[in-house]
Amino acid sequence: MTAPIVKIEGIAKRYGTVQAVAGVDLEIERGELFALLGGSGCGKTTLLRMLAGLETPDSGRIVIDGQDMTGVPPHRRPVNMMFQSYALFPHMSVAANVGYGLRREGLPKPEIATRVAEALALVQLQTLGERRPSQLSGGQRQRVALARALVKRPKLLLLDEPLAALDRKLREGTRFEMVRLQEQLGLTFVVVTHDQEEAMSMASRLAVMNAGRIVQTGTPHDLYEHPATRFVADFIGVANIFEVAASRWMALRPEKIRLAAQRPDTAHAVSGKIVDIAYEGDRSLYRVLTESRGVMLVSTTNVTRTRESLFQRGQSVWLGWNDDWGQTLDE
Amino acid sequence: MSKPRFALAVLAFGYAFLYLPIVLVMGYSFNESKLVTVWSGFSFKWWRALLENEDMLAAAWLSLQIALTSATLAALLGLAAGYVLARVPSFFGRTLFGSLVIAPMVMPEVVMGISMLLLFVGANQLIDGPPFGFLTIAIAHTTFSLAFVAIVVQARLADFDRSLEEAAMDLGATPWVTFLTVTLPLIAPAIGSGWLLAFTLSLDDLIMTQFVAGAQSQTLPMLVYSKVRLGVDPQINVLATIVVCVAATALIISGRLTRRR
Amino acid sequence: MSSKTSLRAVIAVPYAWLAVFFLLPFALVLAIALGTNDPDSVPPVALGFSLENFARLFTDKLYVAAWLSSLRIAAVSTLGCLLLGYPMAYAIARATPARRPLLLMLVVLPFWTSFLIRVYAWIGLLSENGMLNQFLRWSGLSDHPGTILGTEWAVHLGIIYAYLPFMVLPLYATLEKLDVSLLEAASDLGAKPIAAFLTVTLPLSLPGIVAGCLLVFIPAVGEFVIPDLLGGTRTLMIGKVLWDEFFTNSDWPLASAVAICLLVLLVGPIALFQRQQAKSLERAE
Repeated sequence: MTAPIVKIEGIAKRYGTVQAVAGVDLEIERGELFALLGGSGCGKTTLLRMLAGLETPDSGRIVIDGQDMTGVPPHRRPVNMMFQSYALFPHMSVAANVGYGLRREGLPKPEIATRVAEALALVQLQTLGERRPSQLSGGQRQRVALARALVKRPKLLLLDEPLAALDRKLREGTRFEMVRLQEQLGLTFVVVTHDQEEAMSMASRLAVMNAGRIVQTGTPHDLYEHPATRFVADFIGVANIFEVAASRWMALRPEKIRLAAQRPDTAHAVSGKIVDIAYEGDRSLYRVLTESRGVMLVSTTNVTRTRESLFQRGQSVWLGWNDDWGQTLDE
Repeated sequence: MSKPRFALAVLAFGYAFLYLPIVLVMGYSFNESKLVTVWSGFSFKWWRALLENEDMLAAAWLSLQIALTSATLAALLGLAAGYVLARVPSFFGRTLFGSLVIAPMVMPEVVMGISMLLLFVGANQLIDGPPFGFLTIAIAHTTFSLAFVAIVVQARLADFDRSLEEAAMDLGATPWVTFLTVTLPLIAPAIGSGWLLAFTLSLDDLIMTQFVAGAQSQTLPMLVYSKVRLGVDPQINVLATIVVCVAATALIISGRLTRRR
Repeated sequence: MSSKTSLRAVIAVPYAWLAVFFLLPFALVLAIALGTNDPDSVPPVALGFSLENFARLFTDKLYVAAWLSSLRIAAVSTLGCLLLGYPMAYAIARATPARRPLLLMLVVLPFWTSFLIRVYAWIGLLSENGMLNQFLRWSGLSDHPGTILGTEWAVHLGIIYAYLPFMVLPLYATLEKLDVSLLEAASDLGAKPIAAFLTVTLPLSLPGIVAGCLLVFIPAVGEFVIPDLLGGTRTLMIGKVLWDEFFTNSDWPLASAVAICLLVLLVGPIALFQRQQAKSLERAE
């Protein structure tokens, strides 16, 4: 295995009394799409901005492709960023925006023109080069920002909430588009997002952050099925979390629980009454008030079209599971 | 990083440039000597002299009356003009109206002064009025300061939430009642600051006043100008100190009031 | 009163005021400018139709020199104002938001005090035995400093000093709106701080630069008080010429012709300023 493209060692950053990033160690592999996931104020954006050089860490080291970049200003880093607001220059055309970084390198004009055209083709905007950013739709602006950050072939492409400004329909298509581009170009992407669905579906690996620290790093599957802490179990997806012994908890996903009218044949089973039903078409969510574990959330996939397979509100039901269907947690 | 230090140096130099001359004048208002370039001891004697200077007090009183009158007139006319510019998109001669409102702001004062005087001279020959003095000065000041009120009112109305007025009318208010109970209270701060601007401009104006004042009236700036032409005058230093202190106090109070809002 | 009649009144009253007290006077100025000087009548004007006054303004060397030096002094002072005002506006816009109101207030405060007194303050500073020369002698920087008062330098200083707030305010307004992430993006894309300033900050603050320069240049061309008090007899400016023709020589027609020419000269800049104001209002909406 080759050396990681990014090595972050003991990075910390404080603003006044707020510890934004509190000692982060992280390695990002070459060519992966890595996501930093967390709620607002967890330090993910600060960490990303320190990678770009827009913030200086109070302590720690950032090594990019074997070179210490800790004190290097942004304009001398082999790193480009796509800003959450896109930060497109309003006084320049789309082509001038995309070519901005190449002009700063002092490349010859014909080469700039070719590379700008290539980058615009990559994001399917080849016909809009002469437009101003204000004449574009939100989705088009997003792609200009992406092309502008891609065109310099950075060793590391940083994306700050790349899909947050798009509407829901557009977001899903763009998500696949970005993964395709990342694989096609073989670049390393670091994506910051607060949207766990986005992070899970795009990233090859992700890190969950909370209060300035990384809580857990792993593949989406690792994080969903084997959360290390109650915070991760709760933050990613939905989980029923309950105490099973002193300082030991069980995190059980709603879809893992067996819901039945009679007591199921599992190691654990509780009875209860359905208090709420959310019918979502492909699946149904039930809130069940159990006798021993309070309200639990269960989901079922609606594989048949008959109404008889659905449970009714107020109906008495049983919930059952085995020990290895959930994750036991120590903290 | 050198950036904050550079910014600090720029600001320090800029503010020193802005304030050093004024502060020196204020300091010398307490100078004993009549020679303004020599410090010979602390004294209130020029303060006493100024406060006993009948000409100065009369001129100040006239200036104050003119400023109150013209600022109030300018506020009323400027409110109407600003409202029209912001809310009435088209009527006969709107383009001309827009230019007429803004033009006095950028017109050289000597040009406005001479044109106003010619108007009043012509009027006096035709209809034997208005008499030169208070009235002509107040009209001249109103004309050029109403532009400033109109601009602030127009700007305030441009980012005004129209749905507030629509809500009032939906609840049964007539256009007049809507204006009086919703629009006017919300743009009152803009009218207030426009009034204050008009008041200050009137109190400070020399050039137009000099043209239209006639032989009998003398405002404070006219008196100051006639003294200052002859060189430095300790009583003017005292006047400067008073003016700066009043302006600073007014500005601090209005700043506090707007922040509380 | 129906709302339609009252709206008509709201339009008509300020319209009529401006027509009578602003538009009509200019027609009078034009009429007088075409007349001739007649010292024996009251007012000293003989109406007529002669372009003699205008011809004098373009042939008499004194007037031509006054026009040129007015434009030169206004241009140089405007540039000085920009060079001092831009860094100040930039520094204020980049200060912490809590500090900005105070910094702005300190720029605006002199504007609320008397213009005349602010110009007067420089007399004591710049005269032969003034504080500046006392300081130069005391510090040993110069034993025989020249006198600045009564030169064009004093006029430049006075204009820069008096009009600095007009430069700083529009510049601050555009610089404050400048999105910091644009500068970060420039830096991220490889722009050194100077390149980022030249390619992003400067072009985006151009509307503020134009507005500020016009707000200083337009009144500076017709300035009277500053050249009169600080410039002495050697400084020629067109505002002073107008004043002297009117008050000292009582040549009303010639003074009117000067006024007309000054207006024609400033029509371009004024129209530019109005167009820009309209554009920025549109953008705000």
